[in-house]
This record gives sequence, C-alpha cells and structure tokens, in this order.
Amino acid sequence: MTAITDRQKLQYIAARAADARVNVELETEGMTLNIGPQHPATHGTLRIVARLDGEQVVAAEPMAGYMHRGYEKLTEVRTYAQITTLINRIDWLGSFANEVPFILAAERLMGVEPPPRATWIRTIFFEMSRIANLILFLGDMGVQLGAITPVFFAFRDREFVLDQIERVTGGRFHPNFDRIGGLKDDLPKGWIEDNKRTMERVRDFCDEIEDLLMGSEIFQQRTRGIGVIPPDVAMQYGLSGPNARASGIDWDLRRDNCIGLAYPDLDWKVWTHPDGDSFARFWVRLQEVREATHMIDQLCDGLPSGPVMAKVPRIIKVPAGEAWVSTENPLGEMGYYVVSQGDLTPFRVKIRSASFNNVSITPWLLRGVYVPDIITILASLYFILGDIDR
Amino acid sequence: MTHAFLGVELAYWQQTTIRVLAGLVAVLLLTGGVVYLYLFKFVSFMQSRLGPMEAGPYGSLQLLAEVGKWLQKEDIHTKDSDRLVFGLAPAIVLTSTFLMFVVIPAGPNAVIADLGTGIYYVLAMSSLSVLGILMAGWASANKYALMGALRAGGQLIAYELPLVLAVLGVVISAGSLNLQDIVAAQSTGEIFGWSGIGNPYVLTQLVAFLVFMTAVQAELTQTPFDMPIAESELVAGYQVEYTGIRFLVYFISEFATAVGFAAVASTLFLGGWALPASWDISDGAMHVIGPIMISVKAVFLVGVVFWVRFSFPRFREDQLQRLAWKFLIPVALANIVLTAVFKVVF
Repeated sequence: MTAITDRQKLQYIAARAADARVNVELETEGMTLNIGPQHPATHGTLRIVARLDGEQVVAAEPMAGYMHRGYEKLTEVRTYAQITTLINRIDWLGSFANEVPFILAAERLMGVEPPPRATWIRTIFFEMSRIANLILFLGDMGVQLGAITPVFFAFRDREFVLDQIERVTGGRFHPNFDRIGGLKDDLPKGWIEDNKRTMERVRDFCDEIEDLLMGSEIFQQRTRGIGVIPPDVAMQYGLSGPNARASGIDWDLRRDNCIGLAYPDLDWKVWTHPDGDSFARFWVRLQEVREATHMIDQLCDGLPSGPVMAKVPRIIKVPAGEAWVSTENPLGEMGYYVVSQGDLTPFRVKIRSASFNNVSITPWLLRGVYVPDIITILASLYFILGDIDR
Repeated sequence: MTHAFLGVELAYWQQTTIRVLAGLVAVLLLTGGVVYLYLFKFVSFMQSRLGPMEAGPYGSLQLLAEVGKWLQKEDIHTKDSDRLVFGLAPAIVLTSTFLMFVVIPAGPNAVIADLGTGIYYVLAMSSLSVLGILMAGWASANKYALMGALRAGGQLIAYELPLVLAVLGVVISAGSLNLQDIVAAQSTGEIFGWSGIGNPYVLTQLVAFLVFMTAVQAELTQTPFDMPIAESELVAGYQVEYTGIRFLVYFISEFATAVGFAAVASTLFLGGWALPASWDISDGAMHVIGPIMISVKAVFLVGVVFWVRFSFPRFREDQLQRLAWKFLIPVALANIVLTAVFKVVF
C-alpha cells in the first residue's frame, strides 16, 4: 500500500510541477479521484486512480488485482478435466471460449485429433459465446453513456442465446462442455432449427441497437473522436481483438492463425474500422455479432455427421512437453501456455487473457480527457474483470 | 376580508389553509401518480419488462412500499460532512419545489397566491434549488458529490437563461406576467382571426415551447442532461451520500419539480386549466374541469420528459453547455424579436 501512495505522490509532484510551468500566475490544486474498486463504470473491481485538474485527467493509472483468484496456480493442483470448470470463470460472459484454447493445447500435447463434427460444434459454441458476450457490451455501452433502455434489450436477447447454450450443455454461463478429444455430448434434436430463429433474433437486436443507440446524434457526439488509439500504439500495448481491429489493424486469429477450429471452411469477413475511436470499437463489435450469426448459420447448415468424441484414455495423462495455443476470443487474443511433465495435472499454465493487455493502455489513453470520457473509453475498451485478474 | 372560494364565503385564513393543504395533497398525489405511471410502468414497457407487479393490484402500491422502506433506513452522515448544511440541503431543494406551485392556477379561483409577476416568481423559485444542490455537494465531503454539484450548478444556471427567454415570447404575446392573465389570453385569443380553439401558444409560440421543454429537461437534470447525477460515472452525483428520508426528499423533489415544470409549461403553452372561451362553458363547471384539465396536460408533458429520458444517452458537460449558449439562447432571442415584431405589426 505504501508503494502505491509513494508512486502517487511522485506523480502528483511531477504533475504539479508541469502545471506550474504552464500557468505561473494561477495556482490551482489538483484532485485525486479514485474510480473504483467499487464503482458502477468498472463493472467489477478495477480501480483507476485519476489525478484531475478540474474535470480533466492529468494522469490515470489502472490498478488491477482486486479480484485476483490465482487461477494459474490453481491449475497446478487440478486434473485436466477439472481445469475447464475453473477457466470457465475467466471471461464469465463468454465462458465456452475460455475452454477451447486450453483444450486445444492439451490435445496438441497428447496428439489427439477431435472428430470433425466436434470441431464444428466447438466453433458454433465459440461463436455463440462471442455473441453472448458482445451483445451485453452493445447494451452496456449505452448504459455507461446514460441510455438505460438498450441494456434491457441486450439482457432480453442474450437470454435466447443462453437458452440455446443451456439446452446443449446444461449450463447458462459456465458450460464446461469441452473435453480433450471432443465434446461431452452431441446436439439435441431440433436444436439446429431453433438456433436459426435465435440467430434471426440476434440480428434483429443488432438492427435495433443500430437505430436506438448507434444512430443517435448524442451517442455519436459522445464517442466519435474520443479515446483514439493509433494503430502503432495499439500494437505497442499489445491490444488484440476488436480493440485492435477498430484501430485499423487487420488481424484476426480466426483467419490468420486458426488452430483446431472450423473457420477456414466458412465464408466470412474480418471487420476493421480506420478511426480507432470509441465509436469504431462499438461499430466493429456490432459487425462482429452480425458476422457471428452468419457464421453459426453456415456451421449449422454444413455440420458434418459422425461422433463427437475421439478415442482418449479414461484417465488423462498428458505427455511431457510444452504447448502454446491462442484463439480469437470475444475480448481478444486468449492463449494458454501449458507445460506438462507427464502427470495428471499440468506443471505450469500461463494464461494470456486479452483484457489485461487492453486495459494496460489506459494510462496512455486517459491522459488529457475529461471525466465523462473516462467512462466512454473504459466502456468501449470493454474488459471483463475476471479476464484482467484471473 | 372575505373571498369567494368555490362559491363559499370563508375567512382569509380558512381559505389559505384550505388552499395550501389542497395544493400539497394535489402535488403529492400527482407526483406519486407520475412516479408510478412513468418511472415504474411506462419505462418498464419501453424496456420490455413488467415493472412492479406484486404490491397491490398491478403493482400500484409499490410506491407506498418504497416510501415505507426509505423511512426506515438509517440516516447516515459521513465523518467529514458538514452536518448542518448536509441536513438543510434537501429541505431547501424541496422548499424550492413546493414554492413553485404557489402561483400555478388550476381553476378560476384555485390558486394559492395570484401574484402579478407570477411567471417570474416561478422561475426564481425553481432556481433556488441550485443552492440546495451546491450545499449538498459541498457538505457531503465526497469528491463525486462535489463534482456532481458543480456540474449541476453550471448546468442549471446555463439553462435558466433559455428558460427565461423562451417564457419572454409568451409574456410578450399575452402582455402579462400573471399566469391567470396568460391563461385568459390563450383562452380568449384568436389565431389570425379564428377563435375556434382560442390561441394556445404551443401553436403560435412553437419555437419557444421547444426551447422551454429542452431547458426544462436540463433543469430537471433528466437524461440527456443528467451529467450532475450521471450514475455510471459520478455514481449519484450530489445525492451520493444521502440515505433514508433525506434521499426520499430528493426523490420527491425531483418528480414534484417535473410535475411543477410540466404544469407551468401547460399553463404557458397548452392553455392551462381553461378551455377556449368560444366553447362557452360556465365558470361553475370550470371549477371542476380546470384542475382535471391542468393535471392531464401536466402528466402528459411529464410523460414526454420521461420518454426522452429513457431513450437517449447523455450529453457531456461541455456539449450541453454548448447547446445552451450557442444554440438555445440565440434561438430564444430570435424568437423574442420575431414575437415583438409580430405583436407590433398585427
């Protein structure tokens, strides 16, 4: 705790000195505002220490760790089958997507090839969790800017997607459905037809949001030109996912480095936006939800037949070795570096989650903005606290 | 000195007591009705949910449940708060709200005090609430509260101007500051010689009406002008440290002010309690119809305020200042000039 206050003190003195150089006549005193850890805008327990001059931010620093649950260490005392339950809780809105890269890494170490039907269903749920996650962002962005109606539409329509996930996996939020070598179960009867309707609903929701929120003059005034991230800065800070694509970086792991998922067989497009501002980040995510519905429709149409589980031993012992697999999760690049020594449990797992890197840009991004724009920028960067702290 | 009140001869003090009590009950009933109708039900239907359904038939007693809950809550002070100012602030805000209603007429006789400068009294009283808000923000000893209060101060003062300037157009047209005279001018007026519906100023002073309603939205700090209490950044602005009955006072005041401004707007622009004079309805009937008329109009206008509130995101502080100073004030000034020219020419 003392380390933090010392650092703040130094920052404060430096900023005061800078102020004094700019304005020698008018002595003003800054104010340090703690945004969080309990604050509605951080939808979790992120703390942002912002030094303000009036309503303008002089320096801002994110403080993560209030929700650190030690997942990397916990994986070392769990078997591979148990770990999926755990890592479900990293990005809790798109849970299934957390399981996939870990299982892929384990499969690579074991040399197991899942049957094609399992791969396709995996891809379906991967995209379903993207929709479930990003729909909530689309509504939440509105609520952060003061429009509370879109978020209710978001919760309403996300429920249809969660229902579909629940029908197959038994869990709304935490499916725990992925297994080494395939999936736990096949799709139930009639699921694909219902899924068509659900995807239609999601597309309707996207149109609704486009009319209600994105088309609103006030929304555009609040987001356009706010929190601009140039592409080179985005790369330096290791942004990934929609945040990077909104800065015009045409990079998507689904297309550029697709491991073990069915994306190469699909007809789809990577959406990018040249502006890099908050509006671009919103726009890119909206397009990605639309694109995901079309992908799921294609996946449902062309679903290959066959088993959903490869032959794997009953007690899973992963051979010694190391594997790194990362996928394009709803929030950005998520990867697992799994080190095994041939035991029932991994020796070490390093989790690379997207939000941690996405949030690390905030000191650079928040300098000089006004307090209301802090909220816009944080909302548009879109982080999940579980994904920052793990 | 005796006055005729609803045809009954009463002493002055008796009349005053009756008027104040009736006014208080009417305002609180209307406010409660507005909260139930719009905050509980209207917004729920907008957001595809049902809203309260359990307390009373169709959730109609939910408000009583909420008030009962607030009354039971502990009254918390922060350690560094300035107790006296902290406690006084909600009282001042509520007082400013209720003083607004003093001059709003609800019938030929149904007004607490018929002041000659009625409309300016209303605007002056409504702007008293800034004081209470600044006191609340400062006394709370909370950074969020302070920022909210300063934002509110800047915003309420900025939007006071378009409010006053929009009213001026009506005052010029009616030739009086007295609200009863303004009602009469609309009732007996004519639009280019046609007196079928009188001259409700919403038709001939449409620009003033739009400016007025925009400024009212800002004065009420409702979205899109709710920067002072922006719940996603300032948590609740100047209200952040208030609990229990003090918060309830803010809550009542917020909605009662909405009703008050809507009543003022319907008096100024929608003809108030009166029906067009050409319809030839007796004064006796208007004693009954009048209060109903103005309540319906006011509740409708509050509905518009809430409709806007739940549809839009909010402006940033500088954007809403720009809207006030660079758009609404010039428009209102142009409206005054045009109105004056028309008044002289025709």
